[in-house]
Amino acid sequence: MTQTGNIILDVVIIVIKIVIVLGVNLTIVAYLTLAERRVSAFMQDRLGPNRVGPAGLLQPIADGIKFFTKEEIIPAQSSKLIYLMAPSFVLFPAFLTYAVIPVGPTFSAWGYSFQMEIANLNIGILYILALTSFVVYGVVLAGWSSNSKYPLIGGLRSAAQMISYELPLGLSIIGVLMIVGSLRLSEIVNFQTHLLWGFLPRWNVVLQPLGFLIFLIAAFAESNRLPFDMAEAEPELVGGYHTEYGSMKFASFMLGEYAGMITSAALMTTLFFGGWDFPWVNESALGVWGILLAVIAFSLKTGFFLFLYLWVRWTLPRFRYDQLMRLGWKILLPLALVNIVVTAIVMAFLA
Amino acid sequence: MEKSFDALIDKEQFEFEYNPIEEKMLLNFGPSHPATHGTLRLVMELDGEVVVKVSPELGYLHHGFEKLGEHRTYNQVVTITDRMNYVSPLNNNFSYILAVEKLFGIEVSERVQYFRMILAELSRIGDHLVCMGTQGVDLGAYTPFLYLWKEREKIYYLFEIISGTRLTVSYARIGGVPRDRDEIPPIFFRQLDDYLENFGATLAEVDRLLTRNKIWLNRTKDVGVISKEDVFQYGLTGPVMRASGVEWDIRVAEPYSLYETVDFEIPVGDAGDVYDRYLVRMEEMRQSIKIIRQALEKMPPGEMNVDSDTKVMLPKKEAVYNSIEGLIHQFEIIMTNRGPRTGKGEAYVPTESPNGELSFYVISNGGNGPYRFRVRPPSFYNYQILPKILEGRLLSDTVAIMSSLNIVAGEMDR
Repeated sequence: MTQTGNIILDVVIIVIKIVIVLGVNLTIVAYLTLAERRVSAFMQDRLGPNRVGPAGLLQPIADGIKFFTKEEIIPAQSSKLIYLMAPSFVLFPAFLTYAVIPVGPTFSAWGYSFQMEIANLNIGILYILALTSFVVYGVVLAGWSSNSKYPLIGGLRSAAQMISYELPLGLSIIGVLMIVGSLRLSEIVNFQTHLLWGFLPRWNVVLQPLGFLIFLIAAFAESNRLPFDMAEAEPELVGGYHTEYGSMKFASFMLGEYAGMITSAALMTTLFFGGWDFPWVNESALGVWGILLAVIAFSLKTGFFLFLYLWVRWTLPRFRYDQLMRLGWKILLPLALVNIVVTAIVMAFLA
Repeated sequence: MEKSFDALIDKEQFEFEYNPIEEKMLLNFGPSHPATHGTLRLVMELDGEVVVKVSPELGYLHHGFEKLGEHRTYNQVVTITDRMNYVSPLNNNFSYILAVEKLFGIEVSERVQYFRMILAELSRIGDHLVCMGTQGVDLGAYTPFLYLWKEREKIYYLFEIISGTRLTVSYARIGGVPRDRDEIPPIFFRQLDDYLENFGATLAEVDRLLTRNKIWLNRTKDVGVISKEDVFQYGLTGPVMRASGVEWDIRVAEPYSLYETVDFEIPVGDAGDVYDRYLVRMEEMRQSIKIIRQALEKMPPGEMNVDSDTKVMLPKKEAVYNSIEGLIHQFEIIMTNRGPRTGKGEAYVPTESPNGELSFYVISNGGNGPYRFRVRPPSFYNYQILPKILEGRLLSDTVAIMSSLNIVAGEMDR
């Protein structure tokens, strides 16, 4: 993927990238759990965890130790193999999706050309959609293999919900793909670095506001969080699909959920908010500083969407199952189709 | 899968014709479940997500309070009443003590009556805060719950000032209030004024978060509808009854404790659904604030408790320390096998507790404690309608309906 012409060097560079991306993201996931508790505490006039380390900053580590040292309980009547496999179905796809998300422009140094993503796939978006829909298997299998009633209901709800919201999620992106003409994420971002009428950043949210709205709602639903947390719905289903899970297996579900949040926040940034683009600045011309600026811009945008996730979760009540389905099939799906048709018509006129 | 779990449920008892071939699921909802907020148990037959049949089972929090009371003196029973509706213990205290005072034929001072009114209304607000807060949690709105909880915390602080305890206040004695205390600590009134000032802001905040929230409306409108006929058929009382359009409040209809001297409105709904019950409770809190303000104005200065010559109240401390009559009087009240007595008789005073009509039927046999007393717990009656309004609804509606009925297991099972 990199153009050094030296296979060993290429592999080394890719391995370094993988280590950095995984390390950074695992840290963010860990601190996102802390952020969730601190942000919710802030919204609810509480303090939140502030005892472990300065301002509670070591709390995720304490949580990790707690999860690893907890007793491993496997229900006697569960299907053990599937029961043990299910958490990884949720955890790994969420981390794999980071491979194709560009966090900065391609830059050249020491005679090499570096890309700011692990893999610059020509089917980037399809890769992400394919992997995120894998998560539903984890949830359904967890619910089913626990051999308990509340998890079963949770798993079934989740299956229906995720399948219903995959459609609007996928369709809402099509408008963007039609405009950009590529599935490659780096090209989608490059397209957005230009200006519209000389002053407005040509971000896809300007060109596709409806598409973004549908994508936002569908992504929230995909993440299985309030107001769409049918699968967990604590007061109704005790704990939903992970009722019977404990120790690190439970933590895997949680990590998967937070990793999924980061994926969709990064995806929203990349697809609709210009990715690493800092408007009115040509990052490629600034050398290393440009890269730094791009990474900061990307992080800030992604951070905003992560905050939005927390904000919404602690503000809104939960949907009911049938209302959720109605929203997905009767409102979002037709709207997404209308969005595609309108985009096509406008493009045909402009062409 | 089905066999192992269902073997634990005695199917005969629930009149189900359980048939796995029909693909219906028997779900055990409670007694330990996040939405029951106590120990209620429902056994539900589910067809997918739809609740086909419900059988509530009572008694998981049965303490035998009525039996316990038979071995206690009149004043000691007050501590038992605390534990019935543990969300608003003062209403229970006053309801019980009103019946006992009627039995003894004692007229308490206006000051005490207004003071009781203030405390009872504070307690009512506390109960509604908990009810609405937990309803929010059940429907996924966690933040309003904590806003309301914070207000309740302030009420507990007020209770702590006057009684020394937060939850089990036991703040009622025959003829007045515990302790020889004519002066209510002034900090109580200062804090209360502060509370009345700032309470509206929290309600407005919850209003903004929930009342016109589209998701909240979807979840609560037309859910768990109780018709007027059902209200009378099932003997429902309190906010549940008023939300169905029945304008009846014991504080107005059969006033006790000088409620006839204060001016307030009875909030009434019309649809009888979860949303109307929520609105009625919201409005009742505002009316309670109004009542407290009036009671504060009308509360006369002077002696609190009835005179100790009536032989029900402890004598003044000077009398106990300085005269033999006073000392004997003190012993007569507090020693085992002593305490205030009255002749044979029965008494019943209906009172409006936060959940509905709460009252104690106290029978005296001439002893120093009740021969028998019987509680009319509003939760018990309100719970009976649950299967009727639940059947045919979705599983998610179960939690909305249950929390809107505000069932307190301690009161229901007694």
